[in-house]
Amino acid sequence: MAVDLSPIDESLLATISGMHGMPKGAFNIRRNGKLVERHSSANIEISTKDDEPGIDIRIAPGTKGETVYIPVIVTQAGIKDVVYNTFYVGDDCDVTIIAGCGIHNEAHQTSQHDGIHTFYCGKNSHVVYKEAHYGEGGKGGVRILNPVTNVFMEEGAYCEMLLSQLRGVNSTMRETNAELKDHAKLMVTEKLLTHDNQTAVSNMHFELKGDNSSVQVVSRSVARDHSSQVFNLLVIGKAKCHGHVQCDAIIMGQGKVKSIPGIEADCEDAMLMHEAAIGKIAGDQLIKLETLGLTEDEAEKEILEDFLS
Amino acid sequence: MLEIKNLVFEVPVKEGSKKTKRIIDNISLNIEDNCLNVITGPNGGGKSTLAKLIMGIEQPTSGQIVFNGVDITHMGCSDRAKMGIGYAFQQPPRFKGIRVKKLLEIAAGKRLPMFTCNQYLSQVGLCSASYLNREVDKSLSGGEIKRIEIATILARNPQLALYDEPEAGIDLWSFDRLTETFKAIHEKRDNHSIVIISHQERIINLADQIILLKDGHIEDQGTAQEIIPKLDMTMKKMRAEQNPACSFSEPTDIAVGQINTNC
Repeated sequence: MAVDLSPIDESLLATISGMHGMPKGAFNIRRNGKLVERHSSANIEISTKDDEPGIDIRIAPGTKGETVYIPVIVTQAGIKDVVYNTFYVGDDCDVTIIAGCGIHNEAHQTSQHDGIHTFYCGKNSHVVYKEAHYGEGGKGGVRILNPVTNVFMEEGAYCEMLLSQLRGVNSTMRETNAELKDHAKLMVTEKLLTHDNQTAVSNMHFELKGDNSSVQVVSRSVARDHSSQVFNLLVIGKAKCHGHVQCDAIIMGQGKVKSIPGIEADCEDAMLMHEAAIGKIAGDQLIKLETLGLTEDEAEKEILEDFLS
Repeated sequence: MLEIKNLVFEVPVKEGSKKTKRIIDNISLNIEDNCLNVITGPNGGGKSTLAKLIMGIEQPTSGQIVFNGVDITHMGCSDRAKMGIGYAFQQPPRFKGIRVKKLLEIAAGKRLPMFTCNQYLSQVGLCSASYLNREVDKSLSGGEIKRIEIATILARNPQLALYDEPEAGIDLWSFDRLTETFKAIHEKRDNHSIVIISHQERIINLADQIILLKDGHIEDQGTAQEIIPKLDMTMKKMRAEQNPACSFSEPTDIAVGQINTNC
């Protein structure tokens, strides 16, 4: 890499965003609250905000097939980084946005990153947003990630959000909100893993304001050891719309999960549905994989990895 | 290949009770190399339990199971799988997140090209490549999941394959394809043996050896020529007793309206 990145930095970037070296096209890499490297492309302009920490990402109308990377890494203990990133996606775009935060914290201090992301998805634009959170380091360090994601979708916009917490995050308070106009479609997949004594709260609030708008939410979570998770979701149908929420959680050891999926119809043509299930790994699933030659540990690992993959 | 000696399996009559019920009652049985065996008999006779004991899913109360000269009686199913025993579940579990291709690869123990995966699926009457990327979850029908289960055993290619009522839940066309697949595997005679738990006449007709299991013990045993006439008599006797449980039957799901999924 041309810029000064340590092996730890590079490893974190690879884990959260799949980056190996500087990506092509537009990107913005932030480390310990400061810009490391930025590049805009002909269609995607990244600029520093004037009034608050963070960046504006302006994607020109009609931009197709481009990917923009905006990963954040924190390797200093005792740092609290709050950043406001706003995406202005023009009409008729087809783009992928890859974000995420990786924290490496060895010390007995707290490292925290709060990323507040706002998306304005233009008419008929197609956006795929991938965000992965990950923490590593010694047992003494505390790693906190509190992401907020707000999505405003114009007519005919499509947005697919793949949100994941891989492991190593001691505490997270996640907020995901969206408003959808006519024919807008939102697909949200959130996958959370907590372990040891970690806690996670995920609040989601989606308002289907336009006719023929739709949202599909898939929540998959695994709570191991003594960790706990709360999933709190509300889909409000204010027009002729479709909403489907599916929450599945696996609990292991003393793990706890509270799942509260909610649906609210404010229009007689709203069709909303939710389903939720919590349980441990089924015995026959383990046995099936054991009959294929896996040990019990390997079978458990395989089931969890695929559940969260 | 497989020797079962004086196998007994008992379970408590109810949880916590010392009183036991005998599910498998002193069974001794040999499964030879290159042999297609069908275990048949009335419901509750112990067929599935015997298969699970061979696979190691259940542990016997007493007796011995020897596979290729090795005593596997107290081995777990993972070790038995590594030694070359495979088992297709009667009611396969579903997995959220595991895709069909991944399950086939786990079974094969290696990465598989798409073409090979499609071949396994076509052998069980699933022709669409779109299945490979689907999750093995409740979005699949009972018949689809059952056929995928059988495909995992084809991908694993164990030396001794146990199929627990493979026809259950499968439509007539797929059943045809499945019967051909069993026949083809058997005709290869490459030191592999198959044990199929079945009530299907066409599968029973493929057998080198038929084992009639009833009330946990072997009621009768022999070649197809020897046993089928007796089974017919047994069937008639059962009918006379107004108990249809042992009768030959057609595939359970005859979905006439379905599109033919045979290749």
